[in-house]
Amino acid sequence: MATMTYLEAISDALREEMRADERVFVMGEDVGAFGGAFKVTDGFVEEFGEARVIDTPLAEAAIVGAAVGAAVVGMRPVCEMQFADFVACGFDQLINVAGKTHYRFGLAVPLVVRLPSGGGFSGGPFHSQSPEAWFMHAPGLKVVAPSTPADAKGLLTAAIRDPNPVVFLEHKHLYRRVKGEVPAGAYETPMTARIAREGSDLTVIAYGAMVHAALEATADLDGASVEVLDLRSLVPLDEQAILASVAKTSKVVIVDEANETCAAGAQVAALIAERAFEQLDGPIRRVATPDVPIPFSPPLEQATIPSVERIRDACRDLLDY
Amino acid sequence: MEALSPRQAEARPERAAADEPAHLTRADRVELLRAMLLMRAIEARALTLYRQGRVPGSFYDGFGQEAVSVGAAFALGPRDRLCPLHRDLGAHLVRGVETTRILAQYMGRASGVTGGRDGNVHFGDPSVGVMGMVSMLPDMMCVATGMAMAFKLRGEARVALTWFGDGATSRGDFHEAMNWAGVQRLPVVFVLENNQFAYSTPLEKQFAVDPVERARVYGFPGVTVDGNDAEAVFQAVRVARERALAGEGPTLVEAVTMRMHGHAAHDDMRYVPPQLLAEWAARDPIERQERRVAALGVDVEALRAEVDAEVEAAAAEALAAPLPDPADATRGVFAEGAPQPLGDGRAPWSGFAPAEAPA
Ligand SMILES: Cc1ncc(C[n+]2csc(CCOP(=O)(O)OP(=O)(O)O)c2C)c(N)n1
Ligand SMILES: [Mg+2]
Repeated sequence: MATMTYLEAISDALREEMRADERVFVMGEDVGAFGGAFKVTDGFVEEFGEARVIDTPLAEAAIVGAAVGAAVVGMRPVCEMQFADFVACGFDQLINVAGKTHYRFGLAVPLVVRLPSGGGFSGGPFHSQSPEAWFMHAPGLKVVAPSTPADAKGLLTAAIRDPNPVVFLEHKHLYRRVKGEVPAGAYETPMTARIAREGSDLTVIAYGAMVHAALEATADLDGASVEVLDLRSLVPLDEQAILASVAKTSKVVIVDEANETCAAGAQVAALIAERAFEQLDGPIRRVATPDVPIPFSPPLEQATIPSVERIRDACRDLLDY
Repeated sequence: MEALSPRQAEARPERAAADEPAHLTRADRVELLRAMLLMRAIEARALTLYRQGRVPGSFYDGFGQEAVSVGAAFALGPRDRLCPLHRDLGAHLVRGVETTRILAQYMGRASGVTGGRDGNVHFGDPSVGVMGMVSMLPDMMCVATGMAMAFKLRGEARVALTWFGDGATSRGDFHEAMNWAGVQRLPVVFVLENNQFAYSTPLEKQFAVDPVERARVYGFPGVTVDGNDAEAVFQAVRVARERALAGEGPTLVEAVTMRMHGHAAHDDMRYVPPQLLAEWAARDPIERQERRVAALGVDVEALRAEVDAEVEAAAAEALAAPLPDPADATRGVFAEGAPQPLGDGRAPWSGFAPAEAPA
């Protein structure tokens, strides 16, 4: 075990997989000598050479499309979008080429697209998005979003080894803020939910950075015993874990950093309404970013992305119901 | 054949064919004809099936453009990889996809290449090294670029090839793929199938400068060939492939041809001047190859009859094939187990040394 930041854990997973499997390579804008906009691939060119740490042109469609081409001839590409927001420019290749190929003619497309996502630091409308729901809606793509360093490493390893296209959401605000124990050597974290804290009065369901907000909001909530469920994977979605937690607590708050409409949390809410209605002891509550672009100026941004206070208020409300 | 400048090639469209007949044996030239005849016979049969209501959805064909897919695919080795488009049935045939599976594909049968999951020519048989197209044009240019990047990364002597239309050159993926392939000098061959129209849109509404001229600004040659001459297309792609294998990077081959049918079966193409169609009809690629092959003493009528019989038998088999099981609709979205990459395909050209033949 070593203590690592979330960012170091991501680098560690990449490095371990590249050492162990020569089919694995990384590509993206400025990922080579510069080490990537956030330095995830810092030092990689020195260790693996330019052939496996590829500085690409500024061309997101071609990054994803080329990854598909490399994958179907036997490689395991890991692409970096400089910011998750720019995946919109490679959207078509991901949805229509990567996602549909196995269904159409049985050809596996093993690739990973890493998306530095999320807001909280004045990134503004084009450097703060949480676009995971776009991909949940596209058949054939897996979508994972770790919240801890240990899971970041294990889920990235699992994503690289998965025979499908995997969208890997790495939250920028966690990169250097979150530290934790990370096992040495390669390991896979399953694409299932994790109980971040056990509890019996209320469940808060979240993923990514919102897990930390949920834990903070409910650490001391007038003595209530609050369970926090970290989804970790959005596709596949761990329905059993969600339903089991709701059965235990009967009250649920779902937190999304993404825009509210059709967010991952909306799918979770629908699942609970459909399959756990009888077990509920109050309405399903959602806390999400309203349907606005993420604004730049701190007071505006803070008014949109769910805060610890908003989550706490929603939990108190529901506990009192 | 050195790379022709677009202007030279336009002035002498026959030149490439006459250039190096030494690369094609008598058997090769017959094989080129056979593949084109097969493509046309399959598509003619499919159109009949479409009109009889046996082909759901719509139907696209490459009538009049057979030389482009057949000629280009014929220049590829077994370990090369291809991304054909909706008018490139000939590429699938050259690689060895069976006629009956193609007709079953059109009819949405379980035995079709995609088992009914996709229609038309939207298929690829991974086992013969063919990646199926998506409708979004020209996405496969980026995919072929990635294949070539992997070949280069691994130091393998292989190329990737994809076709795309004149209309598709207007989209960003054309630029992204051309630029990337040029920057990294990748072993990829881009075949622009200039058939004068993109649905109803003529060339003059598509671009101000012929795309073949753009190749140079991306850092590699663009050559124009007569797309109605299978041997000329073959020669241009053969040279482009050799360039790629020598580490000299991509080539854009513009094959000038004509879409002789509507965009799809529903389209009466009233927007095409009859005179234009008549001119191109006189340059039919199959008739041209038939004349060549007949001059070699081959019984062309017998070859036609053989191909027609093959298609009839295949159609009967496809018509008898079952439709897919509705329970299958939700299966196979995700892959499980170790991924199986694209396999090697048939490469009938006599010019491949035995070392390049499939193991
Ligand atoms: C990105 C995109 N937009 C629109 C379409 C609809 N569409 C299908 S084929 C076609 C025309 C394509 O023309 P061209 O690229 O010249 O190919 P051709 O059909 O002539 O071979 C259009 C507009 C499409 N397939 N892809
Ligand atoms: Mg066209």
